[in-house]
Amino acid sequence: MSQKVLMKGNEAIAEAAIQAGCKAFFGYPITPQNEIPEYMSLHMEKRGGVFVQAESEVSAINMCYGAAATGARVMTSSSSPGMALKQEGISYMSGADLPVLMVNVSRCGPGLGGILPAQGDYFMATRGGGNGDYRTPVYAPAYIQEATDLVFEAFDVAEKYRTPVMILLDGMLGQMMEPVEIKPRPPVQVDKSWVTIGDTANRKPNVVNSLSLLGDVLEQQNFERFKKYEQLERVGVMVENTVKDGDEIAIVAYGVPARIAQNAIEELVGEGIKAGLVRPITLWPFPYDTLANLPASVKHVVVAELSMGQLIEDVRLGVNGKFPVHLVNRCGGMVFEPAEIAEAVRKIIKGGV
Amino acid sequence: MATQKMVFSGFGGQGILVLGEVVATIAMKKGNHVTWMPSYGAEMRGGTANCAVIVSDSLIGSPIVQSNIDILCAMNEPSVTKFLPKLRAGGLIIANTSIIKSDIKAIRNDVDVLPIDASNIAGEIGNLRVANMVMLAGFLKKTGMFTMDDIKEVLQERFAGARSKDLIPLNLKAIERGMA
Repeated sequence: MSQKVLMKGNEAIAEAAIQAGCKAFFGYPITPQNEIPEYMSLHMEKRGGVFVQAESEVSAINMCYGAAATGARVMTSSSSPGMALKQEGISYMSGADLPVLMVNVSRCGPGLGGILPAQGDYFMATRGGGNGDYRTPVYAPAYIQEATDLVFEAFDVAEKYRTPVMILLDGMLGQMMEPVEIKPRPPVQVDKSWVTIGDTANRKPNVVNSLSLLGDVLEQQNFERFKKYEQLERVGVMVENTVKDGDEIAIVAYGVPARIAQNAIEELVGEGIKAGLVRPITLWPFPYDTLANLPASVKHVVVAELSMGQLIEDVRLGVNGKFPVHLVNRCGGMVFEPAEIAEAVRKIIKGGV
Repeated sequence: MATQKMVFSGFGGQGILVLGEVVATIAMKKGNHVTWMPSYGAEMRGGTANCAVIVSDSLIGSPIVQSNIDILCAMNEPSVTKFLPKLRAGGLIIANTSIIKSDIKAIRNDVDVLPIDASNIAGEIGNLRVANMVMLAGFLKKTGMFTMDDIKEVLQERFAGARSKDLIPLNLKAIERGMA
């Protein structure tokens, strides 16, 4: 029989992180991600790691900075308002080229908002709320199995490119259970000669810092950093695309809403409306090429998101005026049903929207 | 069976989330795709808790169940008010009639009703907390989705350890009484 076990998304992500070699977890409680620090508090110490419940999210991300500077696999998790507090630390870690895995189990906002699921953190995740020129790779799983697979990928990318990375999911995926089989893989082998672990007897001290006061030096550092971002844009894009030649509708959605959109597509296809799904799995780097190269048969691109029109901006950049782009959305913790998306598509076809 | 959409609903503390999890686990072990989704809003003690379980032979899209429920497992009156209108025509409601006094057939004459005196039976056994397991008997009686052996396997895993000696016979007794 199957090796799968039924696990909550939050717990599965925590277990995958431990199996991926996470050695230090720093966090602060917030719904709907509490099962992650809870799981870590129970398991990390027993399995050779450390768990610290910090006094705030700001503190937790700065603990990540310190621990990451030792070369250990480091992680934090939070939910929307908590992630907002971490933005300064993300900018500093980007500036210091430090790897960290951050998990945002997002809820509805702005402000404290509520604890129900939403996708209003798209801009914060993909554009960043911290200062300066930096990018953050963002992974957006739609299934718990995929979330655990992406934990291994995200840690590898963080270390290979020496950058903070984020897994962004909504409260639904964090709270629900699905069968999952965690598939460990050995960590990517990377140069760690830059770490600061006190072994300066045989070498000059390493410095891990984001301060750079000379303009020409900092410019060069930024150029170098953006070379790795460009590399990620070339090789790091992940997307599921079921739009076929002949389809007239392409629905774009990520995370659990993509699953809801998939049900809507089945409903539409059943009525003879040819439709397919574009599901970005990386939100940065974004699959612009997939949208630029949609088949000519497409008449409408429909973006289904649980926010007031954030994903749609990247979709428009990708489509670049080739097709009309429409928004179907809910927010505030309200979630559309498949029938709602299907009905919106019917109206768009009739020219009502 | 292509896809079965189920809702388990009751007071917080009636074991509704565990009941859904047991059904989902059995379905998973039989090789199905499953999802289990709790209501995780601002629930309060004594308020109504619920979870949605979807079992399918193919990959499951939306894990949310807002309409066309195939099986409703209702352990209190508010669950009937909230979810009976969303039960599909021909669907099944397993109702804890120790607590639910509504005449379900009078509200919906197009659904199948299985009354189970779950809370009273659990009280007779001596532990109100197994009322959820009495409800599980409804699945054995009406759905053919799984057998008593399937349940035993899951309970043995769930209660592995020191407490298993007492808890497994207690839970099995609850199910058997629900079958009677």
